[in-house]
Amino acid sequence: MAVAARKAPALKLEGAQALLAAWPEPAGEASWAQAARARAARRLAEHGAPGRRDEYWRFTDPTSLAALPAPAAAVLEAPEVFEGVDRLRLVFVDGVFAPEMSDAPEMAGLEIQPLSVALRRDVHWAREVFGVLEGHGQDPVDRPFASLNTARATEGMAIRATGKAARPVDFVYLHRSETSDALVRHLIKLEPGADLTLLENGPAAARLNAAIEVEVADGAAFHHVRVQGRDHERRATTAIFARLGRESRFKSFTLTANGRVTRNECVIELTGDDAVAHVAGASLGDRDFHHDDTIFVTHAAERCESRQVFKKVLKSGAVGVFQGKILVRPGAQKTDGYQISQALLLDEASQFLAKPELEIYADDVKCSHGSTCGAVDPTALFYLTSRGVPRAEAEALLVLAFVDEAIQEIEDQGLADEIRGRLADWVARRRRS
Amino acid sequence: MLKIDNLHVKLEEEDKAILKGVDLEVRAGEVHAIMGPNGSGKSTLSYVLAGREGYEVTAGTATLEGTDLLGLDPEERAAAGLFLAFQYPVEIPGVGNMTFLRTALNAQRKARGEAEVNAADFLRLVREKAKALDIDAEMLKRPVNVGFSGGEKKRNEILQMAVLEPRMCILDETDSGLDVDAMKLVAQGVNALRAPDRAFLVITHYQRLLDHITPDVVHIMADGRIVATGGPELAIEVETNGYAGLLGSVA
Repeated sequence: MAVAARKAPALKLEGAQALLAAWPEPAGEASWAQAARARAARRLAEHGAPGRRDEYWRFTDPTSLAALPAPAAAVLEAPEVFEGVDRLRLVFVDGVFAPEMSDAPEMAGLEIQPLSVALRRDVHWAREVFGVLEGHGQDPVDRPFASLNTARATEGMAIRATGKAARPVDFVYLHRSETSDALVRHLIKLEPGADLTLLENGPAAARLNAAIEVEVADGAAFHHVRVQGRDHERRATTAIFARLGRESRFKSFTLTANGRVTRNECVIELTGDDAVAHVAGASLGDRDFHHDDTIFVTHAAERCESRQVFKKVLKSGAVGVFQGKILVRPGAQKTDGYQISQALLLDEASQFLAKPELEIYADDVKCSHGSTCGAVDPTALFYLTSRGVPRAEAEALLVLAFVDEAIQEIEDQGLADEIRGRLADWVARRRRS
Repeated sequence: MLKIDNLHVKLEEEDKAILKGVDLEVRAGEVHAIMGPNGSGKSTLSYVLAGREGYEVTAGTATLEGTDLLGLDPEERAAAGLFLAFQYPVEIPGVGNMTFLRTALNAQRKARGEAEVNAADFLRLVREKAKALDIDAEMLKRPVNVGFSGGEKKRNEILQMAVLEPRMCILDETDSGLDVDAMKLVAQGVNALRAPDRAFLVITHYQRLLDHITPDVVHIMADGRIVATGGPELAIEVETNGYAGLLGSVA
């Protein structure tokens, strides 16, 4: 493979060794798990740690995401999200599963076990997912943080859905230590026809490296709603690797408010005909807030639909990044691909950097992309203020309206409203401060 | 109620005078109409009174019951009792009509030191006012003016006016784009609001709206000034002879 021929500079190679050495090599696992970890470690060692000069990191400096030890981040007390939702809570404290704080991991239609347990056994489905989807997502670009995650992460959950889950599973990520550096890895398999909603919320750690592999089999539906950020100095690099079967559905939404540097990657491969993948995000921040959404959707089957909807609200020097790609493989006819990324800049100090890409090798497809960047509409602002709405409040209403298009991608209205409420609180706090 | 003295206004971006000495006084309980050809400055006058950015007042004053309007932000003018029904109501995707209206009402009440209206009372209030304007619940649920027809947008303006109960209402070409039935509905809405402590300034091109909203005073505006003032008969004269004859006689 061409990937192996890439030669990395010495600094990147040393960086990779340092990252691998910073985490203990997991012991006592099944041979298939060990093999997957070894492959990932080798890949990281060969390709090197991410560097500022990598094309793939052109808009986001990975230095603080890879630095050792992790930069500290103050802990902020804040209420949990999704409290109004009936859900199964699984709590992680600084990236470590805390069973005593969690609900019993039992629900009809689901098999839930800690990752460390699954990797010690001969769990057939996990074997086909762990490091496999991630490894597949390493081409054509390296994703070194995901490699590190596969090589070293021992915390996380392995969930297999065999039917329709009665309520969502919620990963609650508490951040308690100012110096925590967490690796979290989840494996998820939805068997044919299964239906699961996964929630994630909380800052997780001073620095988080999280990865989720999701295999969505034929006719299954996976819904994902995530709320991250919150603590101002918190850093995170996350990756979702999804593989979709025939007539399956994958829907992921992420709300990011605050946080210093966040890089969210989402790598989706539509491998069965008539599958649907929607990935959306709303991010809001000011000053040294840096948020990066990097999406790669591959259409490898016929009549699939994909949507990317990303909205960013940036203020006082904040930076937003969007790198979104739609790849249509030969033969993926009747593909319907859509991508929109938009930024609302609340002042002239903020920046939005967008790199939309389409790469199409089939001739009967419909693909479109758009990217906009602008200020608050003065006409709308005048209309609202002329009715007596104070300027700051009017601006807040317009900000909420701007991101709502991304929130509308959430199918469950209760969850969408939960996000709207969270966002309104955030905007109101921002106005007061 | 509304007193405008020698108002001179130019566009901020270019050195172009639009209003060149407007004098106008509207007393409580009165309905005044301003008519005039395109480009005479009618809409500019309404925007300047409401506080839209982009205009520079170079001379003159405008007061609402003695309060200097020109020194206030748009939301302060609204709280003081001024309302502008827009010629082109703005579509605001993502902001619900009800949310918008309730936010506006409570912001105004708060600014005036009055108690906020709770959700249930507000709903009752809006439903009652909406019914008279033939605005259904579905329209209220939609984002502000998004997907509304021309007539629906104008009715929505009048609904806002009915809910906010301003003392000084300026209607900027509210009749434009309306068919006869819609215009009657809008006029009924306005007439229902006529009161001894409320005044109206109705800006229009045509006399037909004034068949339904009978003005006490009619002004003719041309080239940034009020050039003629009279009773309702002045509007009929415009309808019969056009502006040309009238403006010719003034000049």
